[in-house]
Amino acid sequence: MKLSPERVVLDTNNAHEHGHGVGDHLYVHRHSLVHDLPAQVKTVAAIVFIFVVVLTPVHAVGAFAVYLGLVFVVVKIADLPFPLVLRRMLIEIPFVLFAVLMPFFGPEPRVEFLGLSLSQEGLWSAFGILAKGTIGVATSITLAATTRARDLLQGLETIGVPDLLVQIASFMLRYSAVVTDDLSRMKVARESRGFSATGVKHWKVLANSAGALFIRSYERGERVHLAMLSRGYNGTIIDLYKPVVTKKDWRTAMALPIVAASIMVIAWITL
Amino acid sequence: MDHTLKTPPSLDVSGLAYAYPDGNQALYGVNLQIQPGERVALLGPNGAGKTTLVMHLNGILAAGLGTVHVGGLAVNTEDKDALREIRRRVGIVFQDPDDQLFMPTVREDVAFGPINMGVTGAELEAQVMQALELVGMADYADRPPHHLSFGQRRRVAVATVLAMKPEILVLDEPSSNLDPASRRELADILRDLDITLLMVTHDLPYALELCSRSVILSQGTIVADGKTIDILCNDSLMAENRLELPFGFDPKNTLVK
Repeated sequence: MKLSPERVVLDTNNAHEHGHGVGDHLYVHRHSLVHDLPAQVKTVAAIVFIFVVVLTPVHAVGAFAVYLGLVFVVVKIADLPFPLVLRRMLIEIPFVLFAVLMPFFGPEPRVEFLGLSLSQEGLWSAFGILAKGTIGVATSITLAATTRARDLLQGLETIGVPDLLVQIASFMLRYSAVVTDDLSRMKVARESRGFSATGVKHWKVLANSAGALFIRSYERGERVHLAMLSRGYNGTIIDLYKPVVTKKDWRTAMALPIVAASIMVIAWITL
Repeated sequence: MDHTLKTPPSLDVSGLAYAYPDGNQALYGVNLQIQPGERVALLGPNGAGKTTLVMHLNGILAAGLGTVHVGGLAVNTEDKDALREIRRRVGIVFQDPDDQLFMPTVREDVAFGPINMGVTGAELEAQVMQALELVGMADYADRPPHHLSFGQRRRVAVATVLAMKPEILVLDEPSSNLDPASRRELADILRDLDITLLMVTHDLPYALELCSRSVILSQGTIVADGKTIDILCNDSLMAENRLELPFGFDPKNTLVK
């Protein structure tokens, strides 16, 4: 009856991780200067930087090249793999797609290029959207890859984002993993019965799944709320742990937007 | 054992090892054969790899090493047509019926699997009603699943895979969260089914009641295989694998049919 089987050990030579939390699939674990900065400091620096980029006149092509260079320096310091950052940047494609159309419909004067009549102003607008969009997306991706979602939310709270919004966002984060698990278990159960979605004819099944998932999530929301009330929840969640932010952190993080702002000023003066 | 030479085993797992993408190895070389008509309980503590093993039986997970054969057909996650047949042959009833039931009515939910296998028309209707009758839920065909009791939902979940006429029925914790009456009703239904059965469970009296044979999966390998009654009466084997009988339950004094 009792067996003593031979144990087959598979070779699993994996990268190290120390316990990612929920919603941290964008986070790339490294030990770097950028990772170590407090979340709210990084967030403020990223937002100010993006504002500076947006406020730069489109004709200052050189300034945008420098901004892009600055982002790459940050990516380098954060020790993020470039291919990963580039792959994630593909997300901007649908947003900049219409920028491609602008040169065709913009006002006079027009220029000839490869037999196409293109609006000069349209070309500049398209360049502006593309450049500002790309730099903004690259900045956000860097922020997301170097900051844990939980820290980001906590950071938002300390810089004055309303408590309720932060709570809603943190519940979304907490339960997105649960709902995703629900969804993947339902998917496994569907596939076990021989179903795999391939096209429009399967939308009905997917819609039914979505409906069932919605009801389950809604009911779970009610149960969670009841469980919170029965432990004395009264609308606020008190956070005992607050990260310590030093002046040095601010100086380090704000280096990026400050350099960018000087370039913007030069661009405005010289144009 | 002569007949086994002619008909292939319902389930043949050989040297199955698997590690999750994060590097966590769950199975360390599982060997398990189940002959047609056998009823086997898969026992083991939490985290032994039971669910991981089940996920390999119909190709939801792809083996890191080793093979799984169902009625002689190899589970190969690359071959889509073979995989469809594998998923028909292996009927898995998941632990939470809410994961399995998602269509607006019981009838549509039970029809979901057969439709995916290409069954239509009168044959489909017959298969659906037959499956529902087997679990005693034919009267509920037009009800929405979420209005049923938990025990009824579990039975409908069993019907959804029975409708696919599987070679082997795999049940993940069939008695969990059921009240004693629902638990007994489900046992009556399962006992009457003429099908090969693999039952993953912590409910040892249930295993004894329904399965003459049991295997223990512990730390990713099968560490014991034998008659359920012998395993439950082997105190040292039970203790080694964190298996415990409910208070007051003595398998030696139980009448097993």
